[in-house]
Amino acid sequence: MFGWEFPPHMSGGLGTACFGLTKALAGLGHEVSFVIPKILGESGSAHVRLISASGIPVRKKSMETIKIFKGLDIRLINSTLKPYLGAHSYDNGMKKKSSKQPGYESGRSETDASQVFEISPYYGPNLIAEVIRYAQVAGSISQDSSFDVIHAHDWMTVLAGLYAKEKSGKPLVVHIHSLEFDRCGEHIDENIYYVERFGMAAADHVVTVSQYTKKAIVHRYGIPADKISVVHNAVSRTEAGALYHVEKNPERKIVLFLGRITFQKGPEYFVEAAAKVLEKIPDVTFVMAGSGDMMPRMIERVAELGIGKNFHFTGFLQGTEVEQMFTMSDLYIMPSVSEPFGISPLEAMIYDVPVIISRQSGVAEILHHALKVDFWDVSEIANKIIAILQYPNLVAEIVEKSREELHSVRWETAAEKIVEVYHRVVH
Amino acid sequence: MTLICLHFHVHQPQWLRRYTFFDIDHDHLYEDRERNLTILNALSEKCYLPANRMILDTIKRHEGKFRIALSITGVLLDQFENHRVDVLDSFMRLADTGCVEFIGETYYHSLAFLFSLREFREQTMLHKKKIKMLFGQTPRTFRHTEFIYNNELANIVEKMGYHCILAGSADNVLGWRSPNHVYQPAGCRKLKLLLRNRRLSDDITVRFMDTQWSEYPLLADKYANWIHTMGDMGDVINLFIDYRIFAEREREERGIFAFMRSLPGEILKHPGFTFRTPAEIARNLDPVAQLDVKDNIASSDAENNVHDWLGSSLQKDAITSLYSMEAKLRRRKDGGLLHTWRLLQEAENFHCMHTGKRADGEGMDTFSNPYGSPYDAYINYMNIIDDFSGILGKKRSSTYERA
Repeated sequence: MFGWEFPPHMSGGLGTACFGLTKALAGLGHEVSFVIPKILGESGSAHVRLISASGIPVRKKSMETIKIFKGLDIRLINSTLKPYLGAHSYDNGMKKKSSKQPGYESGRSETDASQVFEISPYYGPNLIAEVIRYAQVAGSISQDSSFDVIHAHDWMTVLAGLYAKEKSGKPLVVHIHSLEFDRCGEHIDENIYYVERFGMAAADHVVTVSQYTKKAIVHRYGIPADKISVVHNAVSRTEAGALYHVEKNPERKIVLFLGRITFQKGPEYFVEAAAKVLEKIPDVTFVMAGSGDMMPRMIERVAELGIGKNFHFTGFLQGTEVEQMFTMSDLYIMPSVSEPFGISPLEAMIYDVPVIISRQSGVAEILHHALKVDFWDVSEIANKIIAILQYPNLVAEIVEKSREELHSVRWETAAEKIVEVYHRVVH
Repeated sequence: MTLICLHFHVHQPQWLRRYTFFDIDHDHLYEDRERNLTILNALSEKCYLPANRMILDTIKRHEGKFRIALSITGVLLDQFENHRVDVLDSFMRLADTGCVEFIGETYYHSLAFLFSLREFREQTMLHKKKIKMLFGQTPRTFRHTEFIYNNELANIVEKMGYHCILAGSADNVLGWRSPNHVYQPAGCRKLKLLLRNRRLSDDITVRFMDTQWSEYPLLADKYANWIHTMGDMGDVINLFIDYRIFAEREREERGIFAFMRSLPGEILKHPGFTFRTPAEIARNLDPVAQLDVKDNIASSDAENNVHDWLGSSLQKDAITSLYSMEAKLRRRKDGGLLHTWRLLQEAENFHCMHTGKRADGEGMDTFSNPYGSPYDAYINYMNIIDDFSGILGKKRSSTYERA
């Protein structure tokens, strides 16, 4: 399995999903090797064999094989990346060292010299370069391992999946957690779009996290519907909730936005709705937890609206801070513009926090006891926020029914569907 | 002789408009008048007019042998009077045949009986007067909203002068007993109780459309044959059917009109069977036994109690909020406010707050929630209640001071 994130190396829902899914797969008796860009520090996951792509030697020959992807228009790859495409220019600007690791050293001739790359797991400006380096390592790994199916999560690992398929002849499943259109609206990076489209076209099967995303793939990427299976995400329960018993202040309710402050997540609708609510109910606290490129604009807008007194930015929260934040909150809102799935409402529900979710989200397909809104309908968001703050019976009913519903949202179910897909592609 | 009692219920809820928190204290119009009028016109054309015509023809053809009972709620009669006199006329022509009994019920299709007996009696009286005025009959038979029924209701209805009451048939109450007899409600001395034959009624209301059903398609001669074979096992066969079966295009395409047109003739082919209205049955047949129903039963669901309307805390909260206003409201002695309060009693509003398995209404084929989800229905309703309390003078206990 190839994935860009895996706990604790993650920034969002992708890592959470990969963790939950692989754990359930292991529970069903499947062995999973999971390749991430780089292992930072300690990792506590026993259920997968976690492989760091950084530190794996790559044979020079395999570096040249990027040319195998004839259909993928390489000219569209960001020009700054071009130096990396020729085998001779790898020295430039890249940390390179010959492998000193025993076991890889032995038996290799001069012409088959290996190189080891450092691959940055961060989503920086050179992400595409990292993605390509990661893909090359994948080819190497796939030659040295035994496996039956290749499973690649999202576009960052699509090339890796294709390499591994090319090298091993094993079937490839591309798992789409989000599309370029979800992240950027209409202002897409064409490179990424082409990688996504090429990968899905070349894959033996495509898995998506919602009907919502499947529809987008059929319409925007031209992938036939019968090649795509929908496997909804789930949520892992931790016992942590009990540890953070925070007394909620009934006099001052907290309404939470938690996620990347980016176009996709619709933070501005949260801010505008907050202002409307505060007109009617002056003593509510709104919290925007997370970080992202739209954060400065959001802070400015909050100031403009004059609601700063009731509006807090926490910055990026991690681990127990997230749990604590959920525990303190009276309502969680996910006003995403386009959300292939959206695991965090499920996490909020674990902490008995009622949720308002965008209809433009995959998770809305499986949640029947959440309040749903169109992300652009700020008045309706405000109306529902007030209803939650105002009507305790509504909260009680939603929380009770959500608890029941969460029991059926299990990673085991998702894993079973994935295994069906595996059986379908392994001949 | 086996008596066939065919009863149609005619009702159409007056839906409430989308009412947000921001409308409170600004806008006091609660009904979705446009939507309700659209539905009224659509149902008039697709259902009321053609079905009434078909029933009228059939009655005339059988020269008094085909008889039915109709219940029409007061709110719907108001709608006819205000917007569709032609439909009202066609119901009056049915009344003129002398073969149609008009049945009493609550004027506003309410559950008032469970919360305020005074209100229940007033609504029932209002409905009685309306029926007398429009159709020249004084109702002798009573059917309660959604067939919700218990001993207490029967005793009150008897004291109000009714001779007969209709109810659903709950297996847990009936046990081994058959619904095909006349019963006497426990504690009553005159009132007769007729119980819906669920299987035969649902064959028409539910299974008629089910292509997977082994008996599909259901034809009138086959159905009449089933009734004939049941003749030995009872005195009456009570078919209580929602008039909206004539409203669905698909059902129409599959021949519901043709089925109903030929059914009386098929049933009457056997000399041992005849149609009678509930009041006629009550006059002619003595009860075979007393029936003791302490807890509420209803008709619509497998669970057969009031769970569908009052099962969730949302439903209970909404309805108790509504009825807790009664004393204050009555002190105002304002007919307009009373009417508004009564419109809010529509049972369907609470049904829409039912948080069943598929609370968002998606994929439910039998019922599509006009408010979106039960939570939306509740929020909308409580916003209206908040505003209405405001009009009544004192605010509903609110956690927040509004600016």
